[in-house]
Amino acid sequence: MNYWTTRRRDLLTGYLFVTPALIGAVAFVFVPLVLVVWYSLHEWNVLADTFDFVGTENYRKLAEDPQVPGVLRATALFSAGLVVLNLGLALVLAVLLNQRLRGTTVFRVLFFSPVVVSLLAWTIVWGFLLQDNGGINAFLDLVGIDGPNWLRSEGTAMASVVVVQVFKNVGLNMVLFLAALQGVPQELYEAARTDGAGPWTVFRRITLPLISPTILLTSIITVVGSLQVFAQISVLTQGGPGTSTTVLVYYLYQQAFQFHAFGYGSTLSVVLFLIVLALTVLQWQMRKKWVFHEN
Amino acid sequence: MKTKNRLLLYGLLLVLCVPFVFPTWWMVTSSFKPNADIFAFDFAPGTWTLEPWRQVFTMQPFAQQYFNSAYIAVVVTLGTLVVASTAGYAFARIRFPGQNVLFLVVLTGLLIPSEVTIVPLFRMFNSLGLVDTHWPLILVPMLGPPSVLATFIMRQFFITLPGELEEAARIDGLGRPAIFRRIALPLARPALGAVAIFTFLHSWNLYLEPVVYISSRTKYTLPQALTQFTDAYQGQLWNVQLSAASMTAIPVLIVFVIAQRQFIEGLAHTGLKG
Repeated sequence: MNYWTTRRRDLLTGYLFVTPALIGAVAFVFVPLVLVVWYSLHEWNVLADTFDFVGTENYRKLAEDPQVPGVLRATALFSAGLVVLNLGLALVLAVLLNQRLRGTTVFRVLFFSPVVVSLLAWTIVWGFLLQDNGGINAFLDLVGIDGPNWLRSEGTAMASVVVVQVFKNVGLNMVLFLAALQGVPQELYEAARTDGAGPWTVFRRITLPLISPTILLTSIITVVGSLQVFAQISVLTQGGPGTSTTVLVYYLYQQAFQFHAFGYGSTLSVVLFLIVLALTVLQWQMRKKWVFHEN
Repeated sequence: MKTKNRLLLYGLLLVLCVPFVFPTWWMVTSSFKPNADIFAFDFAPGTWTLEPWRQVFTMQPFAQQYFNSAYIAVVVTLGTLVVASTAGYAFARIRFPGQNVLFLVVLTGLLIPSEVTIVPLFRMFNSLGLVDTHWPLILVPMLGPPSVLATFIMRQFFITLPGELEEAARIDGLGRPAIFRRIALPLARPALGAVAIFTFLHSWNLYLEPVVYISSRTKYTLPQALTQFTDAYQGQLWNVQLSAASMTAIPVLIVFVIAQRQFIEGLAHTGLKG
């Protein structure tokens, strides 16, 4: 086979191999993205079968919607709470399990196990435990504390949803951190110890900088994931009490699929997209500041 | 480590374990209780009954719903493996004009969660007459955003393969498809495993899409079916619901316990290491 035949076959294989992925990306990501922007410029009621161009009317409606500040606040609270607790706990668990200690595999499995329990099963059992007369309050009763109705009180509903989600998925970040920790060269630790550095200094000056690329990656994944939360809200609180747990995706679902306002729902989708985009770009920019090295 | 420190660490780990382990335990034990006893939080049920486990199947076409979830997850996983490994391989190892632009097109898909595009996708499937069928639950995950992430992971993996392997195969007269199938793919087993796990769990847990697209009970998938166990007054039948929840959680848990090493390491070593 001469060079040109090989080259031509290579090209053919290349295009053939990427075609399904490209069709998918275009049909299920790009075209719908363009359409959602187009729809957001329309007043569209599915039940009444109306589809009228209204320009930026939906965006004006968005700015005046009394629910929107609460929705954005709930979304921000959920994301911030989730990221801080999730990354913090994942790091603590990874450091603890990275010690030379028998039985760490068992603990790794136990902390990781909620990741493989189906999301709805996990959410339902926590809904059961967090009820007024549920298991959490039964336990608090034993130690003489009168627990609140976790999912029905303004002050605790959001915190409860966050905590349920943290326990569900923290194992994933823990595993990624463990892999990163095991990649830190032992010589660096030994050298630091010879120089008389304490454990905290070693952690802050050596461990943290060396695993910072993983921290960045997990934080991007966790932030973007947190903006997509839907099932947990739908099962645990239905956005309540009031709108204290109505996150953006839940509000968008209500508007589009419960109130049949597809145009306004699309406007909310555009907002969601812009938030995801802004956060990703922001974190990517920040990497220059606090990520120590890159491959 | 000093014995005192070691004991302290074990104690700490045991306490931290509680919220990770006990919900699953409570779910399973409560599912064997009569609904009247459901809020008596003992460590093991006083009266054991299989009644809730039976009711799961009489109140809903649960076996059918179980089958729906299982076959959808299998099809999506296999499909994603094919789409992502071929595209990932081509982007990593074959040079062709327009490659970078095309990769950028795929990559930008990472930024767009499927929740953003749910309205136009619903509209698209509606005009194709595919609402209340399983097609949206198969096609979107298999070719949409989750598959884009899988393609990216596979590409990152194939980039690390040593070029000499392929050159040797080429001298032996193998063409591209054969090199991919006989050399690259077998070496990619860890990455394929991780992608398979991610994809399967994603499909198994999918909730917004089924709620939006599916309206017939016999076509429900498990996450959607789980929320439907209520009595005549819309009160939740906790014990039945928890039995159904146990049934959806247990198969994946068993596979995980058997294959936990590959499971965890597969996820940790997929270019996600940073």
